[in-house]
Amino acid sequence: MTTASSLFFTNARIINPETDSVTPGAVLIEAGKIAALLSADAPAPTGAEVIDCGGKYLAPGMVDIGVKVCEPGERHKESYRTAGRAAAYGGVTTMVTRPDTTPTIDNPETLEFVQRRAQADAPVNVLPMAALTKGREGREMTEIGFLMDAGAVAFTDCDRVVQSTKVLTRALTYARSCGALVIAHPQEPGLSAGAAATSGKFAALRGLPSVSPMAERMGLDRDIALLEMTGARYHADQITTARALPALERAKANGLDITAGTSIHHLTLNELDVADYRTFFKVKPPLRSEDDRLAVVEAVRSGLIDTISSMHTPQDEESKRLPFEEAAAGAVALETLLPAALRLYHADLLDLPTLFRALALNPARRLGLDAGRMAEGAPADLVLFDADAPFVLDRFKLQSKSKNTPFDTQRMQGRVLATYVSGREVYRREP
Amino acid sequence: MTVQSDPSAFQQKHLLGIEPLHPREITAILDLAEEYVDLNRQTQKHSDALAGLTQINMFFENSTRTQASFELAGKRLGADVMNMAMQASSIKKGETLIDTAMTLNAMHPDLLVVRHPHSGAVDLLAQKVNCAVLNAGDGKHEHPTQALLDALTIRRAKGRLHRLNIAICGDVTHSRVARSNLILLGKMENRIRLVGPPTLVPSQFAEFGAEIYDDMREGLKDVDVVMMLRLQKERMDGGFIPSEREYFHRYGLDADKLALAKPDAIVMHPGPMNRGVEIDGTIADDIKRSVIQEQVEMGVAVRMAAMDLLARNLRQRRTEGEA
Repeated sequence: MTTASSLFFTNARIINPETDSVTPGAVLIEAGKIAALLSADAPAPTGAEVIDCGGKYLAPGMVDIGVKVCEPGERHKESYRTAGRAAAYGGVTTMVTRPDTTPTIDNPETLEFVQRRAQADAPVNVLPMAALTKGREGREMTEIGFLMDAGAVAFTDCDRVVQSTKVLTRALTYARSCGALVIAHPQEPGLSAGAAATSGKFAALRGLPSVSPMAERMGLDRDIALLEMTGARYHADQITTARALPALERAKANGLDITAGTSIHHLTLNELDVADYRTFFKVKPPLRSEDDRLAVVEAVRSGLIDTISSMHTPQDEESKRLPFEEAAAGAVALETLLPAALRLYHADLLDLPTLFRALALNPARRLGLDAGRMAEGAPADLVLFDADAPFVLDRFKLQSKSKNTPFDTQRMQGRVLATYVSGREVYRREP
Repeated sequence: MTVQSDPSAFQQKHLLGIEPLHPREITAILDLAEEYVDLNRQTQKHSDALAGLTQINMFFENSTRTQASFELAGKRLGADVMNMAMQASSIKKGETLIDTAMTLNAMHPDLLVVRHPHSGAVDLLAQKVNCAVLNAGDGKHEHPTQALLDALTIRRAKGRLHRLNIAICGDVTHSRVARSNLILLGKMENRIRLVGPPTLVPSQFAEFGAEIYDDMREGLKDVDVVMMLRLQKERMDGGFIPSEREYFHRYGLDADKLALAKPDAIVMHPGPMNRGVEIDGTIADDIKRSVIQEQVEMGVAVRMAAMDLLARNLRQRRTEGEA
């Protein structure tokens, strides 16, 4: 652990998502904040601890909206200690956690418990979200005001859709008056009930219950109509289909306060990866066609989709070792977020500033955080990584308690070398 | 195109579906099944092909015909056959599929015949046991022995199993029989039509190379084989068709619609039939057209052949393992 009050990162290639640039340079950290961005040949200030980055990339630490830590309720799947360590290993400096725990995080008391646990055990920043409706049941809104006072940064029922438009309209209206951000899962629940795959040749061949990709657009269309009515601040958790994109584009052009995210799995995998009913590839919404995947990658490139999330969802072996339809959905991804995202860089689909705009800058901005930036005064939440280092992923080496990653035994390229939170080293890879 | 029968062409460890099979392997099963058809028609119906082996039938879903067919097939080949009605047992006590598989595996069965309500469940189970696994139907995925017995029936009735026009009619969406048949008949180079209301024959199936008809009269025009499917009421969560009587009117096989097929077209049905829903009783009973009873007979022979071939491979693996 570094204790020096000032740090000097030299010989780095600095990824700056705000200026859309990658430049050789040096960074001076003082009192947990970025004090100066300097040129490559700048001398080290006296008294500063010098960190030679060896020509590797230095970027703002990732801000991951939608991490599931299974406290309270299912600590055997993931705790704040293990999730926090996984985040540090993965270069995620801020975890924005989900309220779909048991019990649901839907009251200030539970939220405070979670914050205490996070503070005690997680080496990275943890910002909790709270449920939008009590018990995520879609009937009564939660105490949005109290929960905000207690530190909730956004309100979401996670993968459950608030089916009653009346309830959702009231919750959105009330949330707007508090200035709260609502995060929703755009999906038409009538169509998607019971689905384990996306409609198409693959699902037909495998005989899996499937949902039309249209269900996502229908859900988004409804939510957009309600935004026009209420003027609320809204973020779609995962946009994963080509057909939803024009609706999103129109809503943004019409000046609604709407942003959208997507998951790393939908950016890097498609429905065919499920192959012979491999349940580690079961996520929600289900993996899509290759055409959809490429359309979503393009939407990230153009900025139509704002954020990329790991949608980290730990599941134990028992909930995955079941027939595909019965198996639980979700994948752990805090540690694989960066190497998976770098697949898009190595495939020449997205450049590094674009990736970090979606992984760090945009999510931070949407939550009103100062993080995600390479600028003077910003918190020194940083990740140092080698974009090219190859490795084969071994799921049993992951820090998460649950090992349900779809990338097991796959070749990856790109490794985190060190992670800093407010200028404090929280991870350094053993040489 | 007469090919010498070659049982060694069959290389599989399990019979989980038609999809993994090579056309040569399909032919190997059918050829051996022909021999068992002859055996089954004699008074002395016994062979010792599976003598000393243990066959367990695990049915997680109700079945009378398939289970009886597998049981008879095993017994005629001299296996020790045990039936387990799984829906009544440990599943109710909360045991997982894999635990059940491990428990059974410890009893050293040689052949495991499995039916399960979820697609892919038999594949999952096969990964966890040492014996040969036969899929007797998994969810809406595959039912390979049904497709094989249908193929044998067609080959015997038509003299060939290629370049035929075959209409598969009715509830394709919920049918594992339709999927396995579509794959098998496609591999053997036939032209396949899927006929039914669009709610039960989704357009994705066109991507398998099938032609899709929502007008049954057009769909049956000049076909050699009419394969009817059972309307799977138990798999439907409501609202695929307006009523059974309208379904019968538009998609039920009656003499009028059958008249559009070739004069020597055969009528098939995997059973059990819903008479008056997907098929007119008189057509089903017309011995000049209907091969439905023959299908049942072929079922036993095909299952004997499949188990025989899997057992040969199993014994070979074990001998190699010892060597």
